[in-house]
Amino acid sequence: MEYLLIFISAIFVNNIVLTQFLGICPFLGVSKKISTSLGMGAAVIFVITLATIVTWLIQHYLLNPFNLGFLQTIAFILVIAALVQMVEIILKKISPALYAALGVFLPLITTNCCVLGVAILVIQKDFGLLEGAMYAMANGCGFTVALVIFAGIREQLALADIPNGMKGVPIALVTAGILALAFMGFAGLV
Amino acid sequence: MAAKKDTLLNMFIAMFVISVVSGGVLGVVYNATKEPIAAAETAKKTEAIKNVLPEFETLNNINVKSAVENEDADLPFYLAYDANNNFIGAAIETFTNKGFSGNISLMVGILADGTVKNISVLQHAETPGLGSKMSEPSFKDQFNDKNAKSFNFNVKKDGGDVDAITAATISSRAFCDAVNRALLTFENNKGGF
Amino acid sequence: MANWNNLTKGFFRENPILVLLLGCCPTLATTTSAINGLSMGLATTFVLVLSNISISLLKNFIPNKVHIPCYIVVIASFVTVLQLLMQAYVPSIYETLGLFIPLIVVNCIVLGRAEAYACKNSIGASAVDGISMGLGYAMALTILGSIREILGSGSIFGWKFIEGDTILVFVLAPGAFIALGFLISIMNKILKKSN
Repeated sequence: MEYLLIFISAIFVNNIVLTQFLGICPFLGVSKKISTSLGMGAAVIFVITLATIVTWLIQHYLLNPFNLGFLQTIAFILVIAALVQMVEIILKKISPALYAALGVFLPLITTNCCVLGVAILVIQKDFGLLEGAMYAMANGCGFTVALVIFAGIREQLALADIPNGMKGVPIALVTAGILALAFMGFAGLV
Repeated sequence: MAAKKDTLLNMFIAMFVISVVSGGVLGVVYNATKEPIAAAETAKKTEAIKNVLPEFETLNNINVKSAVENEDADLPFYLAYDANNNFIGAAIETFTNKGFSGNISLMVGILADGTVKNISVLQHAETPGLGSKMSEPSFKDQFNDKNAKSFNFNVKKDGGDVDAITAATISSRAFCDAVNRALLTFENNKGGF
Repeated sequence: MANWNNLTKGFFRENPILVLLLGCCPTLATTTSAINGLSMGLATTFVLVLSNISISLLKNFIPNKVHIPCYIVVIASFVTVLQLLMQAYVPSIYETLGLFIPLIVVNCIVLGRAEAYACKNSIGASAVDGISMGLGYAMALTILGSIREILGSGSIFGWKFIEGDTILVFVLAPGAFIALGFLISIMNKILKKSN
């Protein structure tokens, strides 16, 4: 039940993209087609969960015992960068099919701030390992939901007649704003 | 001049040197800023204590177990005494985890008779423009000079006397929760001050 | 002349956020008021200038294959230095900006400028590039912060001039997206005219 609440809260109430502003770059960059946004979402869910587990272990078994909390940022980003590269290599060897589907998105994830953001948030909120992993996965799902909905709207938007000055990024941002407004309706659900 | 060749040795040396240098620099900065950071934190707390209590002579810091049922948490109490060693009141560092986005921590000043003197918000992460209004006088000052005997420290939606912040009932409720935690713990322990 | 162009490009022609669309996350998240936008912009400038200088210094020392990890270590170190300094000397701003200070590490502007400019140019030019891009970013953030603060809370840099109800939604998440959308649209228009 508690885990269900974490999921509902992360996907609808505190959506990572639309209310916390993490991961906006890929949100605007790879949201032109539903199929690519699904691929990106799946890659993010995978990496974010793995990265949070590894960074949690590093924080609690390496940084905290040696009083090295100030190295958090540097340690986390290196771990995430290394992890992304490792996942890429392993995936290529073990499952070429999955690699073909997710491969192009993996390098982009290193600089996706929602991965580092969630890893730091889990430490700040003092979650346990399982709870943290659930929170990370839920936020990955929240990212995917926002991305896919947005891609669906943008596919239609491409066909619409838009004033010249608003074409491209401006109309995308305004649409995202209206989407965020809709998500505010979920406030107070949990 | 081109970049060094991609030999294993060169890569290793570059990574190693950069890591060692940045690690060293960070260590130095960390040590240099350790004291100012601690000082800034203490200054913030001292400021908050002075803000929520009347003039006092001496201050005594103790930890009191929260009186909320089934809760395992300690609340720092700062007991204030005047020059004749009479107990004036306590500044209590209380918290709530019912905030809209994470923990909220408050400094609540309570006089010897249980009246809330003033409240200062130490830390919160509520939505800017909505829940963040809890640190503005229009919301938090309605608690001032109120006593639990004549005032119900809950939002009106829950049958209390507190006007919630517009469109931020959750944050207002959380604020009340933190204040009530301080009041309850104070009532249960005030015999000992 | 070249230096002058190098210095001014970040404000207008190549403004990182309004034209190049780099570093959106902190732009949207921290511009709830003009002062927050300005602080975030200056914090990013600090990291950007220092990382540009160091990477330009190190460009002949770093082998190609490991350049990304090396850059990340350099950038993350400066971010941590910034974090510690802000915690010590401006704790209230540090608390408001919160999570977005460590997240400067993954701000595309910093790594982007390192890759696109600093690793190919001299130290002086890289420093100017960092200052130009950083201040241009800070300017855009301050403008966006001002718009949101005026419309959303009826004040500017904390000075309140509208009492009573304001358009609250501009301080909230949706307003951030919408305000930035219109700002970019206006910028496009101006750039087209000046060409």
